Amino acid sequence: MDIAAIIDRCERLYRDLDLSHVHEWKQRTGGKAIGHMPVYVPREIIHAAGMLPVGIMGGGDDIEIIRGDAYFQSYICHIPRSTVELGLAGKFDVLDGMLFPAICDVIRNLSGMWQMMFPGKLVKYLDFPQTFNEVGRAFHRFEMAELALALETLSGIAATPERLNRAIALYNDNRRALAELYDLRAEHPQQVPTAELYLLLRAGNVLEVAEHTALVRAYMQQARRRQRALHDNVRVVVTGLFCEQPPLSMVRAMENSGCYIVDDDWVLGARYLLRDIPVGPRPLEAIADAYMTDTVATATRYVDGDDKGGYLVDQVRRRRAEGVIFAAASFCDPALLDRPMGQKALAEAGIPHTAFTYSENTGQVQVIKEQAGTFADSIKLWGAAA
Amino acid sequence: MNATATHAPAVQKEESMVIQKKMIAEHFETLAQAGQSRRKVVYTFVPGNLNELLLAFDLLPVHPEVNALQSGMRKLSGDYILEAEKQGHSEDVCTYVKCDIGMLKKGNIGPTGEPLPPPDLLLLSYTGCFTFMKWFELLRQEYGCPVVMLQIPYQADGRITAGQRDFVARQLREVVVPALEQLSGRTLDEDRLRELLASSARAEDDLVHVWESARHKPSPIDAYFGGVYYIGPIFTAFRGLPGCEDYYRSLRREVDFRIANGMGPTTPEGELRQQKYRIVVEGPPNWTSFREFWKIFHDEGVVMVASTYTKVGGLYEQGFRHDAAHPFESLAEYCLGCYTNRNLPSRVDLIAKYVEDYDADGILFNSIKSCNSFSAGQLMMLRELEKRTGRAGAFIESDLVDPRYFSAANIKNRLESYFQMLEARRAAA
Ligand code: SF4
Ligand code: SF4
Repeated sequence: MDIAAIIDRCERLYRDLDLSHVHEWKQRTGGKAIGHMPVYVPREIIHAAGMLPVGIMGGGDDIEIIRGDAYFQSYICHIPRSTVELGLAGKFDVLDGMLFPAICDVIRNLSGMWQMMFPGKLVKYLDFPQTFNEVGRAFHRFEMAELALALETLSGIAATPERLNRAIALYNDNRRALAELYDLRAEHPQQVPTAELYLLLRAGNVLEVAEHTALVRAYMQQARRRQRALHDNVRVVVTGLFCEQPPLSMVRAMENSGCYIVDDDWVLGARYLLRDIPVGPRPLEAIADAYMTDTVATATRYVDGDDKGGYLVDQVRRRRAEGVIFAAASFCDPALLDRPMGQKALAEAGIPHTAFTYSENTGQVQVIKEQAGTFADSIKLWGAAA
Repeated sequence: MNATATHAPAVQKEESMVIQKKMIAEHFETLAQAGQSRRKVVYTFVPGNLNELLLAFDLLPVHPEVNALQSGMRKLSGDYILEAEKQGHSEDVCTYVKCDIGMLKKGNIGPTGEPLPPPDLLLLSYTGCFTFMKWFELLRQEYGCPVVMLQIPYQADGRITAGQRDFVARQLREVVVPALEQLSGRTLDEDRLRELLASSARAEDDLVHVWESARHKPSPIDAYFGGVYYIGPIFTAFRGLPGCEDYYRSLRREVDFRIANGMGPTTPEGELRQQKYRIVVEGPPNWTSFREFWKIFHDEGVVMVASTYTKVGGLYEQGFRHDAAHPFESLAEYCLGCYTNRNLPSRVDLIAKYVEDYDADGILFNSIKSCNSFSAGQLMMLRELEKRTGRAGAFIESDLVDPRYFSAANIKNRLESYFQMLEARRAAA
């Protein structure tokens, strides 16, 4: 497959709100499928229990919200509306269960709504620890063991240590491939346009892990050989988009505004762990422990100590970025409450930044493009945001 | 969020109100003198607060949500919120946080006009609301003081599991107590803690009697507008103290007196004896137009017979009591049991039960614009409740402390049609 074909496949998967790929996978394998909301869930456990993890990230700008609006008040982000819309339209009937990680009160309450809407299905809220000490570790190990049990009961396949270790190895490999992809883009942003990288990431929401890793590698192999001119663009990190996703048109608009995006936090769950999970005799504990340390910093995760914003500053330095764009879904409390702390850390480090909000179905991409363009120009002209 | 009002509108003074007023004035005076008296100050949140534990170490609690609601009632919150927005806070987020930060930026003047002391410790009791975590991350930057995180798992399956209780109790023993010992320079006196917990339980008994009095017709209390005063001492810095017990004893006496005399609750507009409709309310009140809001209902002869907001600091009437025999387990259970820590199906169950127990005519949702913890999913809850109880529901939107989001005309219009609907249903019945 050449790059165009790979990206075309990814875009078709991205636009496939009917989850036909999941239908096919189930038919082909006879297995079950488990949906999960952003940011992070331990997909290794789902895989080891013989099921397909399916990342659900709202409806983008491809669906009209008819019923979803009747479920939510006006001042709330968009992703729960489109998720409910898709659920009520039967698009998730193919999923045998749904996981709701603890990232904010909207996703938390959505888990209860799901219990009421789909009483026959497995609905599980994953209460990730915010206490990164031994007490938190014990709690998290216990929770992961409960999750494994619930999944095994559903699939009838035991997540044995062997199966868990195999899943760990596959996902380690996937994270390595994605890390390489991110490094490649940061090194040669002209070879890896962000819209392509984004679509590749999104494909990982539905493809089986090994297939996805192979696709990412096939893409990289060809992207490295690509001959494309490097423009005089400004290198930026984009942050705050860990849950509700911007429409593809917005991703493209940002990139066409004179910016090279050299790091970001969309589809963050796939890259949440910064190191390999060790394979070994107690794989379930290893999965739980990996969450406790060696992960990205993000707004939905408590930062102990006074290093708030430190991760972002490091990210900028590591990627040799010249500025940061804070892009948050409208009404997203975690991202928007976190923003001033990130801005403060950047200001202290002398790193320019700008901010805007969006929603998954935003039509205002021109405004966003202009803002990103002005930001890029100001960095080029003065080395700092105007 | 979550707490109660202390600056009562000019209502007819009763003994309990006098006690509460005095207690609060003394507390803020003590806070204002914390610097001189060298007493250590701990900021912490109302839901699932560990008041008895803090008192056992002789620490002084401050509740930022209470300051925010006070600012709302004193019409200062609008300016504070604008100040925070000027400093870069988004228009879209929880206004309690912005009100608190704006107040801090403008000198941190407390409700009695004296400056509040800065915290020596932020006790992040992370219960029932994600925003709490962000709030204290922000305050940590402002004050540069340590934070202790106490994570309370969510009752996602509608019950408290043994694992959850152990997790909280272990955090209390292994993380919170050592931090408080270090701060206060003394070791925990468990006997003192038990005494405080036993006192809490006595006050809780009296409060339950007060809530349950709303079964009477006419109801001697308003469990929402009046209720926010009733929860004042027990939800905040006083639970465990003799003054708190006095308050609830005297409140109970007053309620019993009203029952004996067939009286309604005392409201700013006088006694509400002619009660036309009985309503259960979900969601916090609006503080900036509190009295105006209350009057709309008073004028229609509506009495609130139960509310969920008054349960954010504990569901005592569902059986929970602080237990001196099991201090840590009972504190853990208390934290886990708060209303906003319950999943949506159990919130629906509880409201349906209130409708039944208190023979309510309808259900009102006051959906708070900036509070996802309460509001996300409320429309679905309402539909479910209408289906289950057959009672009529109303849904209005306002905010806790942002006056820009209280549209009196809109709310009035909506409520008028709601009252007409109640009338029509009654006529048809
Ligand atoms: S966009 Fe933000 S507020 Fe909305 S569900 Fe996601 S994390 Fe929560
Ligand atoms: S989101 Fe709601 S519960 Fe949380 S702090 Fe704000 S007002 Fe309180």
